[in-house]
Formats: sequence, C-alpha cells, structure tokens
Amino acid sequence: MSTKTVAITGNGAAAYAFKQINPDVVAAYPITPQTDLVQSFSQYVADGLVHTELITVESEHSAMSACVGAAAAGGRVMTATSANGLALMFEILYIAASSKLPIVMPVVNRALSGPINIHCDHSDTMAARDAGWIQIYSENAQEAYDNIIQAVRIAENMKVRLPVMVMYDGFIISHGIDRVDFLDDTTVHDFVGKYQPNYPLLDIDKPLTFGPLDLYDYYFEHKRQQAEDINNSKPVILEIAKGFREISGREYGLFESYHLEDAETAIVVLSSAAGTTKTVVDELRGKGRKVGLLKPRIFRPFPYMEIAQALSHLKAIAILDRSVSFGGFGGPLFTEIRSAMMEFGKAPQNINIIFGLGGRDINQQDITGIYDQLDEIVKSGKVKERIQYLGVRE
Amino acid sequence: MAKLKELTKKQDVLSPGHRLCAGCGASIAVRQVLSACDDPVVVASATGCLEVATTIYPYTSWRSSFIHNAFENAAATISGVEAMYQSLKKQGKIDKEIKFISFGGDGGTYDIGLQSLSGALERGHDFVYVCYDNEAYMNTGIQRSSATPRGAWTTTTPCGEVIPGKTQYQKDLTGIIAAHKIPYVAQASLWRWNDLIDKAHKAFYTKGPAFLNVLSPCPRGWRFPSEDTIKMAKLSVQTNFWPLYEVENGKWKLNYKPKERLPVTEWMGPQGRYKHLLTPENKSLVEEIQQEIDDNWERLLALCGEK
Repeated sequence: MSTKTVAITGNGAAAYAFKQINPDVVAAYPITPQTDLVQSFSQYVADGLVHTELITVESEHSAMSACVGAAAAGGRVMTATSANGLALMFEILYIAASSKLPIVMPVVNRALSGPINIHCDHSDTMAARDAGWIQIYSENAQEAYDNIIQAVRIAENMKVRLPVMVMYDGFIISHGIDRVDFLDDTTVHDFVGKYQPNYPLLDIDKPLTFGPLDLYDYYFEHKRQQAEDINNSKPVILEIAKGFREISGREYGLFESYHLEDAETAIVVLSSAAGTTKTVVDELRGKGRKVGLLKPRIFRPFPYMEIAQALSHLKAIAILDRSVSFGGFGGPLFTEIRSAMMEFGKAPQNINIIFGLGGRDINQQDITGIYDQLDEIVKSGKVKERIQYLGVRE
Repeated sequence: MAKLKELTKKQDVLSPGHRLCAGCGASIAVRQVLSACDDPVVVASATGCLEVATTIYPYTSWRSSFIHNAFENAAATISGVEAMYQSLKKQGKIDKEIKFISFGGDGGTYDIGLQSLSGALERGHDFVYVCYDNEAYMNTGIQRSSATPRGAWTTTTPCGEVIPGKTQYQKDLTGIIAAHKIPYVAQASLWRWNDLIDKAHKAFYTKGPAFLNVLSPCPRGWRFPSEDTIKMAKLSVQTNFWPLYEVENGKWKLNYKPKERLPVTEWMGPQGRYKHLLTPENKSLVEEIQQEIDDNWERLLALCGEK
C-alpha cells in the first residue's frame, strides 16, 4: 500500500476514484457543479486509462435509464449528477432501487430550481431520500473520494445489492482545492474487487424478465423486502468501513462524533458545514465550554437508534438542515432525529436551524451564535423558537 | 426472402398465453420481427400494451432476456444494455453474439420517448428499435398521440358538435428518424409479412442503429372486428396511407406500389373511429385528408427516385 498526497478539487478527487474503480459502463450528462467530474473522467476514457464504455447521453433521465439497462445487463455501473439532473432522474431512481441494481452515483449537492441557482444546498438529495437508495454524505474531498470507493463495495454486497448516492457540497467541496490522500491503483482495485453478476440479462442461457407488471397481489411484498434490504445494509456499511480503515488508516462509521461524549450542547449537521463547526468546537472548548458535534454520514438507512443514543445525554441540541421541507415540521434531518429521540424518553431540548439555501454562506460567528443560543436554552429551560432560518433577511 | 415453411419451425421468442387482445397487431409485429433474428436477443420494451400484457408478475411470455424500465426510455435502456455488452466483449468477458432490440408503441416512440430514441440513434448503438404504431395511447384507453391521424376519433379527440375528431395530421416519424442518417430505416406492414421480415433481418444485421415503423392495427381502438387486423394493414398500404419504403445508408427505396391507389374512404370505412367523417358535412375534410395522402405519396416517389 502506498498513498499519494495531492491538492485537488472535490470533483477531481471523485473523478480519480472513478478512474481507479474503472467501471464497465458510465452514462452521464453534464450539470453544474458536477460537470468537471464527468469532464475529467472523459479524459481518462480518451487516454485509454480505463476500460469503461462511456455513454454520453442526451439527458439525466437517459443517464439513469442507461445505467439501469447496463447494470441489469450485468456489470459495474456509475454516473454522477446534481440538483435538476437528479430531479429529472427521479422516476428512474425508484426503478433502479426496486430492481436492486448496484449503481454508484456521486451527487454534487446543489439547490433545486426555482428560481434557478447553481450553488450548494441539500434540497436535491433530500427530495430523493425515499427513493430506496443508500445515501452517504461527505464533509470534504477526502471523504468524497473514500466514500465513492466504499460505495462500490456497499452497493455490490450480495446482502445489500442496492444503488448508492455519495454526496458532497457543490462548489464548496466540488470546486474548492483540498488536500487529499489517494490510495494507489492496485489497493483500490483489490479493495473494490471483481464484479459479481446477479441474474444478468446478458446470460442468455438463463433468460429472465426485468421490470414486470406487479399488481396488488405481489407489489406490497416486494416493497416490504426492499425496506428490509436497505436496513440490512447498516452492518455491511460498518464492515466495509473497517476494511477501508485497514487500507487507508481512515475511520468511518454511520456518523462522526466530535467532542460529543462529555458535551452538554451539540450541533448536528451534514457535510462541509460540519468542518466549519469543528473549528468552532475547538475554539469554544479552548474557552472551557462543553460543546460538541454529530455529523451524520449515512442518511439512508437512517441510523436512528445509534444517533438518538449518541445524543441522549445532551442538554440541548441544534439540528441544522440545508434544505426545507415545505409545510413540514422542520427540515428532514430534524424530523428524523426528533422522532428518533422519542425512543429514549427524555430528549434533549432541541431546535431546528435551516441554513445555507442556494449557497448562502454559514460562518464561524453564525455557529458560535448557535452554541450561545443552546446555552440560553439550557439556562432558561425554554425554547423560544423551534424552527429557525439562519442568515436570511426577513 | 424469408420462407414461410422455415419460419414455422422457429420457436417464437414471444410465447403464446400472453394477455394481449384478440387481433392485436402488436403481438403479430413482435413475432414477425423476432422471427428474422438468427441470434439470441435481449428485448427491451417501453411501458405500454405489449409490456403490461406479457409480463404480469409472476408470469412472463418472454423466452429471451427482457427488460422493461419505464415509458419514455426504452431506447436509453437498451443503449445501456448494449454498452455493457460492448464493454464486456472488449474486456474478453463475453464472446457470444447477441442482438439488442427495443419495442415501443407510438406513445412511447412518437411522443414521450422521442428524445431518448433520438439520443440513442445519434450515439450509434448497435440495436434495433421497433415502433408498433397503433395510432393512439391504447394501453390507457385510446387517447390521441402525435401518431393519431387527422379526423380520427379518440377519447381525447372526441367527435363533438364543433370538433370532428383529431384536427392535426400525424407526425412523420419515419422521416424524422431517417433524418438522423442512421444506417437503416424502414416502414413496414403486417400484411406484407415477407417484406417486414426481410426488413427486420436487415435491421438486425446492419451494424449500428436501425429503426422499423410497423403500423399495428388495434381492433379496440380503431373499432373494427378482431379478425380484420390484416385486412386493415392491407388497406393502409393500398390507400397509400402507410407506404412501404426503406432508407438504407441514405438511399430511399419504395418497396410496394399499389396497381391502383384506393381512395382513403376505403381505409376509413371499416373503422368505427372514422364513422363520423363519412357524412356529407365532413366531405371536404375527407377531401383534404385525401389530398394530404396524395401529396405525401408524390414526395415519397421523388425521394425514392420513382419520378
């Protein structure tokens, strides 16, 4: 095992993971901020560095449709998208998952139209949270690279056999240059292993029918099985993370805790904003304040018991959502966590902060302000405003 | 040319027992087309009559590998299957000769699936796409599509007090596909089965994308008795409503010229969907439709170097 440390963008790191995985088929369509992932990968194809058949489709709908065809045919398949592209794939996301096709797709998080906006928020992948895909959120370019490699193993595991989305923040991570440790090609090659086909269409001696009409007499059982399959992926995800630690020295779990164990207040937030929060935690810890962070990594299947348990000792928490569930009781992360905490009787005081829509920045002062507010809640025992919008002119 | 005696010895890829209607043109089209293939096939289908009636879980009528994905993406789906085949072949992981074919109705081809089809044709995948054109959304219960001919009744172009059925002409899909300059494009009829099978054979054994447009009479949607399917197919050709031609590497060729072109009323007469047209007040509309058919025929003759 050898590693190479480089300064590279998130998209560059993701494209390099694609190259090392060397999928049999990639079908992709360009969309900001995913574009240069596909561009860089196209160059690898043009230079003959991969054996991939690259299908440069005419839309994201066809990208996911071709991925379904290719994966059903029997081989390793990848694509990537963002925002409106993911929305255009929506119909086929469900078909990919219900057909149990192990497609791996980085989604570079970007705000959904309208109005049109190209910058980061999580409205795109949160809208797809019930499509039946495993969803993994990444904080930085390193995690994006590592998660894409692990995603192949998770998706193709015979106990799972489901498509996986790997998220990282548009522009902030996709275009920001970061320090990344790359594994060498052989290590990645050996780690992802040989693709094992499962009922491939191309096995013409054993013909089978994909995508039949499934009515009230069987559909429900199939959906029930699907619910079971995605929940069963949790131990597999942990097992693969363990194997990945052995080749990389980097630790992954269902979520990351940062100074959480002895904390009194904490923030829960996904992706790049967790990096900013860690800096603030360090600073406040230096001043003797007992603050912590929980950064979920796996959003689907949602590790509700594990997360609720990890938060149960806290006095107050702020759950940050980078998307709105219009008309809902808070954002998607808040809804999940608040509901999960019912399992432990006495839940910490909690607020939901919706932030960063359409790429609106969140800075260290903003995060310090959230910890200050949590202290006040602990002191007064009262939550003045349950659902808040941070950094918006009202 | 295909020999009927030999064809009868071939096992159908689409087995009997499917649940398409009696007299359905689609199943005849599928069986004629697939009888022209001498290699194993992977079949894709758009959502539609063919798909819902042949794959009701836990049953399937397909003796070959079959995939249905969604309504508008049969071409993109088969392009993914074909790309995986090319990839595995290149890597030496598969060596069998396999053919790839996609079926779609006119809804899945002329309308909602046109973008997906256009993209797959332009990319040059080695596959055959067959449109079984029954001139309306028959699976949802006879709604108009861009393949529905002018004047025809459908449930969304009903004949009312002021509007006599569909007001627009059908889209020239075969011409649109020919404009993609793919190696092989043809229009065929169930009635001229040997011409259809020859065309299907060419389509399978031409490298690159090939397209067949097959008019598939629908007893339920067109309102004619189910034993008259082939008669309808015949009338469509003899009236020049559905001319038989092919475009091979850019060269247009007419495959059938009626000795005497029958008037369009011969085609309309036996079909309940045109019943309202054959009245004195709609005479001028029928004349316009006749003129359009004659003009289209003249244009086709010119393209085929017949005049």
